[in-house]
Amino acid sequence: MPAVKETIEDVRRLEADKYKYGFSTEIEQEFAPKGLNEDIVRFISEKKNEPEWMLEWRLDAFRRWLKMDEPNWAKVGYPPIDYQDAYYYAAPKDAARYKSLDEVPEEILETYKKLGIPLREAEVLLGVEGAEDVTAAEARERPRVAVDAVFDSVSVATTFKAELEKAGVIFMSISEALHAHPELVRQYLGSVVPVTDNFFATLNSAVFSDGSFVYVPPGVRCPMELSTYFRMNAQGTGQFERTLIIADKGAYVSYLEGCTAPMRDENQLHAAVVELVALDDAEIKYSTVQNWWPGDAEGKGGVYNFVTKRADCRGRNSKVSWTQVETGSAITWKYPSCVLRGDNSQGEFYSIAVTNGRQQADTGTKMIHLGRNTRSRIIAKGISAGRSDQTYRGLVSVHAKAAGARNFTQCDSLLIGDQCGAHTVPYIEAKTPHATLEHEATTSKLSEDQLFYARQRGLDEETAVALLVNGFCRDVLQELPMEFAVEAQALLKVSLEGSVG
Amino acid sequence: MLEIKNLHARVNPEEGADLAILKGVDLTVPAGEVHAVMGPNGCGKSTLSYVLAGHEGYETTDGAIRFEGEDIGELEPEERAARGLFLSFQYPVEIPGVPTLTFLKEAANAQRRARGEAEISAPDFMKLARENAAKLGISNDMLKRPVNVGFSGGEKKRMEIFQALMLAPRFLILDETDSGLDIDALKVVAEGVNALRNPERGMLVITHYQRLLDHLKPDVVHVMAGGRIVESGGPELAHKLEAEGYDKYAGEAA
Repeated sequence: MPAVKETIEDVRRLEADKYKYGFSTEIEQEFAPKGLNEDIVRFISEKKNEPEWMLEWRLDAFRRWLKMDEPNWAKVGYPPIDYQDAYYYAAPKDAARYKSLDEVPEEILETYKKLGIPLREAEVLLGVEGAEDVTAAEARERPRVAVDAVFDSVSVATTFKAELEKAGVIFMSISEALHAHPELVRQYLGSVVPVTDNFFATLNSAVFSDGSFVYVPPGVRCPMELSTYFRMNAQGTGQFERTLIIADKGAYVSYLEGCTAPMRDENQLHAAVVELVALDDAEIKYSTVQNWWPGDAEGKGGVYNFVTKRADCRGRNSKVSWTQVETGSAITWKYPSCVLRGDNSQGEFYSIAVTNGRQQADTGTKMIHLGRNTRSRIIAKGISAGRSDQTYRGLVSVHAKAAGARNFTQCDSLLIGDQCGAHTVPYIEAKTPHATLEHEATTSKLSEDQLFYARQRGLDEETAVALLVNGFCRDVLQELPMEFAVEAQALLKVSLEGSVG
Repeated sequence: MLEIKNLHARVNPEEGADLAILKGVDLTVPAGEVHAVMGPNGCGKSTLSYVLAGHEGYETTDGAIRFEGEDIGELEPEERAARGLFLSFQYPVEIPGVPTLTFLKEAANAQRRARGEAEISAPDFMKLARENAAKLGISNDMLKRPVNVGFSGGEKKRMEIFQALMLAPRFLILDETDSGLDIDALKVVAEGVNALRNPERGMLVITHYQRLLDHLKPDVVHVMAGGRIVESGGPELAHKLEAEGYDKYAGEAA
């Protein structure tokens, strides 16, 4: 029989147990009343005890949203979403704010532990207190990562805050930042993704719940990786996180976002907004490992991941690098972008997107060259298996004043089986003759010859597929922070299990 | 060690035409011996190597393959590999992005796990790699490259033998290892193969020409035509074939 069987029947089902994160946590939660109206917006704002201006901002967004239409240009299909049939706020009861890890309920700590994010252990082992029990060598071996843990609509804990504060780095939930640093939030919120940017971003602006806020002061290199771990738990609830990261002049920060959700039969909406601001000579590295529940093999359930992520390279010589590993979600609609405003600024986009089963992904990036001598680099690797469909959609736009702009784009698609699809839709526009734009694209099928060769050397079929796919993605995997590259490789393997006969 | 009895195989019907290629191959290679299979183009030599390795593009319709007494005809390719069967490919496959040593270490340890042996450590593996690379004149730079990517035909063949040295199989099948090699490269490859000869290891050398056999000195030479072994003899048979060609076997192909 052929090594890669080509028929639908042979694509083995994505069994439930292959999604390791599909469990749900039993904990008493508090919900906003179902549906969406101004009262819900007020409810969310009140729950977070927000200042008046924030409420007005939300209400303004909500009123604008009512007049907007859902975009339909992406190559994805799904039944109409009933925005009234969902909860827009869910939080563990009494959780408005846990003052320290000791107050976080055991069930939640347990949840994060199961997800591989041991919040308490991280504090005890590596935190400032009790650190004497850990030898220097042990401490070096463990990656030092500060974590903001967001559980449905609220942040439940942020680790290493004290140590980060010593370096002057602000890392906290955005709800908290609204109280602790209102002037920073007000200055930058919506300055990269305007309230009316698009239907989902406007919805997010009205009902955003929690997310992370990072501010790295001038000249500071953030002493550790920062990371936010998003967990959707409650049933029938949308998640609308909002993340805002500012790297002031000459600052550097590397940030990682991880996401998982329980297996549910219904579709859950996740409409996040991420805004990055890099001032003169600043650099932000933003990595995502997205593993929301993708739905079952027949396409039942799964997260709708409709996300707006944008970076503003506002300062001269600033640099933003997006790296994403997208393996989850039933539908992905996501284009992490860079506005290269400052002269000599640089934008990078490294992406691996894997779709299997019935997943659909329409993802890519936008590089908007406004400043002189701005540079951008796009490396996108798409792997389609099962009956999934995947589109790379990208825009490289060079404006009239962006003399000396350069872009290099490479899009590679790998097909596993013949029931899946891969599409590449690059848009390129240049309004100055003084720009250099390069675009390369390839589409290939996982070759039976390669599989047989690897198996003849002793690798079983799934290991062989994982190895070949890792090879295909190598130049993107190299861009991930070390400690996450291993996780990402393992995730690729799990995501493609059962993709060959 | 390797016993092939009345082996019939055809191109897998799912792949297209119902095409019988092996029509009753009988062949026995005892441990410690090197047997050559020679024959005209299209006689089924390469198919035999694929069928022995378990390629799913072919279907065995009759007969048996026994390796060390065990019927391996139904085993997956990786299970045969774990039992010690190694195929040096006529056209080694490129695997972009996967470094050669990473690939080989994964493979070696997958085989070891399947046999219930302890895995080889990274330092031991590296030491072994350096030793074996030196034997074949393979540079450090070549080892760092992805599997077979950017290599000339001759370099690929040399890397196949390097892989064999690293995996230390019990039985080697060399499928047209001499094709694409110049005289110097042929010598290096032959020396590598000869270094693998030992009383416990068997080899099947599939070739069109006798020049590789000059270096390898096989114990037995078989002539394959029309999907069967039609004549067997000593090394002198190879020379006879070289001189007379395969014309006299043409009738067998019918």
